[in-house]
Amino acid sequence: MNTHVNRRHILAGSGALTISVLLPGVAARAATSGLDKRPPLNPKQLASYISIRADGSAIAYFGKMDMGQGTDVGVAQMVAEELDLPAEKVIILAGDSGTSLNQGGASGSTGVSHGGATLRNAAAEARFVMLELASKQLDVPVEDLATANGVITSKSNPAKKTSYSEIIGGRWFDTEVEWNGKIGNDLNMKTRAKLKDPKEYKVYGTSAPRRDVEWKLLGTDDYVTDIKVPGMLHARTILPTRAGAVPVSVDEASIKDIPGAKVIWEKALLGVVAPKEWDAIKASRQLKVTWSDVKAPFPEQKEIYNHIRNAKSIKSGGSAKNVEPAKVEEAFKGADKIIEATYEWPFQSHASMGPACAVVDYQPNGITTLWTGSQKPHFAGDGVAKILGLKPEQVRGIWAAGPGSYGRNDAGDAAVFAALFSKATGKPVRYQGMRHEGTGWDPKGPASIHTVRAGLKDGKVVAWHFHSKAFDRLNVSSNESDPSDNLGAQMIGFESKPGLTYATPEESYAFPVKQQTWEVIPPFLEKVSPLRSSHLRDPLGPEIHFANEGFIDEVAYTTGQDPVAYRLSLATESRDRDAIKAAADKAGWKTRTAARKETKGDIATGQGIAFSQRNGTRVAIVAEVDVNLKTGKVHARKFTVAHDCGIVINPRLLTQGIEGNICQGLSRAVHEEVMFSKDNVTSVDWLTYPILDITERPHVIDVVLINRPNLPPNGAGEGSMRPVVAAVANAIYDATGVRMRQGPFTPDRLKAGMA
Amino acid sequence: MAKRIELNVDGKAHTIDADPDMPLLYALRDDLGLRNPKFGCGLAQCGACTVLVDGQPVRSCVTPVDSLGKSKVTTMGGLVKDGKPHKVQEAFIAEQVPQCGYCMNGWVMTTVALLDKTPKPTDAQIEDALTGLKCRCATHASIMRAVRRAAQA
Repeated sequence: MNTHVNRRHILAGSGALTISVLLPGVAARAATSGLDKRPPLNPKQLASYISIRADGSAIAYFGKMDMGQGTDVGVAQMVAEELDLPAEKVIILAGDSGTSLNQGGASGSTGVSHGGATLRNAAAEARFVMLELASKQLDVPVEDLATANGVITSKSNPAKKTSYSEIIGGRWFDTEVEWNGKIGNDLNMKTRAKLKDPKEYKVYGTSAPRRDVEWKLLGTDDYVTDIKVPGMLHARTILPTRAGAVPVSVDEASIKDIPGAKVIWEKALLGVVAPKEWDAIKASRQLKVTWSDVKAPFPEQKEIYNHIRNAKSIKSGGSAKNVEPAKVEEAFKGADKIIEATYEWPFQSHASMGPACAVVDYQPNGITTLWTGSQKPHFAGDGVAKILGLKPEQVRGIWAAGPGSYGRNDAGDAAVFAALFSKATGKPVRYQGMRHEGTGWDPKGPASIHTVRAGLKDGKVVAWHFHSKAFDRLNVSSNESDPSDNLGAQMIGFESKPGLTYATPEESYAFPVKQQTWEVIPPFLEKVSPLRSSHLRDPLGPEIHFANEGFIDEVAYTTGQDPVAYRLSLATESRDRDAIKAAADKAGWKTRTAARKETKGDIATGQGIAFSQRNGTRVAIVAEVDVNLKTGKVHARKFTVAHDCGIVINPRLLTQGIEGNICQGLSRAVHEEVMFSKDNVTSVDWLTYPILDITERPHVIDVVLINRPNLPPNGAGEGSMRPVVAAVANAIYDATGVRMRQGPFTPDRLKAGMA
Repeated sequence: MAKRIELNVDGKAHTIDADPDMPLLYALRDDLGLRNPKFGCGLAQCGACTVLVDGQPVRSCVTPVDSLGKSKVTTMGGLVKDGKPHKVQEAFIAEQVPQCGYCMNGWVMTTVALLDKTPKPTDAQIEDALTGLKCRCATHASIMRAVRRAAQA
């Protein structure tokens, strides 16, 4: 059986079909049940979470989706385990507000830990219901029934048997469930069933294959960029060369030679549409626009950290474990030596492979459809409804694979642009940005400075204060249900609603006084800013832990201790120590109390460790780097990663996900810095925003999975991104004696440090 | 002004009316309705739009549609012959390479051209051939495994 949610395959396997309307990209999803009418989605109904097909296989309706790390496969394994089915007999239909409840979309690595846990409960409940029905049918008590591969058998009389298919195949469950009343990541339901004992697991721990790989290689299914709707127009936006400027006059005659090209202009929103994509692009380039004269919005790039340092903060906060500030100062007074360092991190871009795309078919008197590559199609659909003046139930948000997003990239903006243009033209509209918009105008990971201070007494830390000052973590929310968070809506007058928040380091290091605080500063531009900030994969994790773990190293060396031994002495949680030890052992950690500066010719070689937690997941990384002393170029040759995210559901996919995070983290560490002039972002393509090249790849990524069969699965999508930057910086120090305190670690910065 | 242009794509002849300066990418996607080549940058910097033109990898986003003459264009989907995927596709599938997969055309088509010329490449030769292609999901480890696997097939 094929579980690949491709329309042809599903249609072939689904039996009776009574589909009246086939929407592009969703025919498969509509067809899978083999039924023509599904009860309306309702979190109090089991049928909204799960169903059994005529052939006895199951469908779980996932209100999140997989962005290419295999989350859907992990969830299928969780559902399969509770149903005693093989993984390939569970289909996951994901990311469509027409087929699934809103489980929050892809969000904070919660696909398995939250989304999967909910569907696992639903699967257990489904099995419970089927056993009750089988008990009546076979006239044996439920306790006497066993399930395997969709067959229900009486243990005392194996001749008595039935199956999922016979019991309910092809029909919807009519079972009320106890819903926890929540929407989004925390949506869950109670099951009357006892969940399976981990000792009995058969499907967890196996490497079930990905389901989206084949079509992505053969080109046999639609990305969001491939969605076509009859009568569809192509749209492009025209954004100002000086951020903050708005169109004052637009010469529509300047594009009159382009067939069917039309201008859409509302306040600061300026776009063009045309029946052919190339014509829309040409029109966007050819249109003559006069822009308002506004003050240059940004300082010089080189002033960025001074700007942050000197800016007035508008919100502050810190760890829930913080003590009274007076107690911190008192602890520092008891120190015989205080050391302090400041770490600086630039704006970084999602720089997705393709600029974001969305298709909207505005139907004021029917159902408006949004096709989006957004991580949160349910919420994005709600946002589109609001901006179009529709009720949420009048918009169906359908996720189709898009360029990877790694957080809140430009996909949310694309959805609103397509919606506004569809409403303005009365036609379905496909919007895709151009490269300079994808990199130049996506929401950015915020620039920051982190000051860490340690008070030492007799060589021991008696006081520790970690403080971040930064741009807002969520100048635009990652949620997308509020149009205010999108460029297009801000252009037509929606006010920005900044989240004003930040984060603190996560580890279990014990100091007599440990304070973790933050403050955020206002954005350069209130709205419609190419430097507005939001979530970028492992939001704030890489930079916060670059500082935290860099400074732990600094303290270790200052006090004459080995960085691994020092961390082991500080970590109070055994899982933290296990991860640190596993990485160090596997990597062949070389004990030292000072930078080793091993050099052969022009190449200095070093090894560095970093550790962090992320919502319960623990990752320790040992990086090995070569630094070319002449050119300043860093090559991170090898990474050893010890990864503990609780129980391991799919070792192969977990390992590949970790490899991706290591390489993307390395890219962020050595290359990525959003450049800007006083007018605008100047990182607008791959030359001005380079990322890791295959020639720069680590030659070895050695992954140690620490499996915890008795612990629930924590998120694994981002945890291994978190300590990469710090591990590389700490390895550079071991190789050269140069402490990198500003990223990225480019040849110029290395050379300046070594000079 | 639009001009009648003949194209040979994946073994089929097509005639389209198009602006001669229009990049081939839009002819493939918009006029022929093919979905394999992707718009990544429009600047020949990433490879997401790569097709083979007479066996050579070419960035279709900067190739004027009227510049092809009688050349044969092959897209990633066109590598499948009689229902059988190309060995490079098979290797990328077996290694489960793509995350988002939006960049795959570049890696696959460039690898096909590499293995045509150099059937048993060293890692250094693989890097030489693939340098400059972008993968934002950073699946470089899987890509290397897949190219090595395809070379063994």
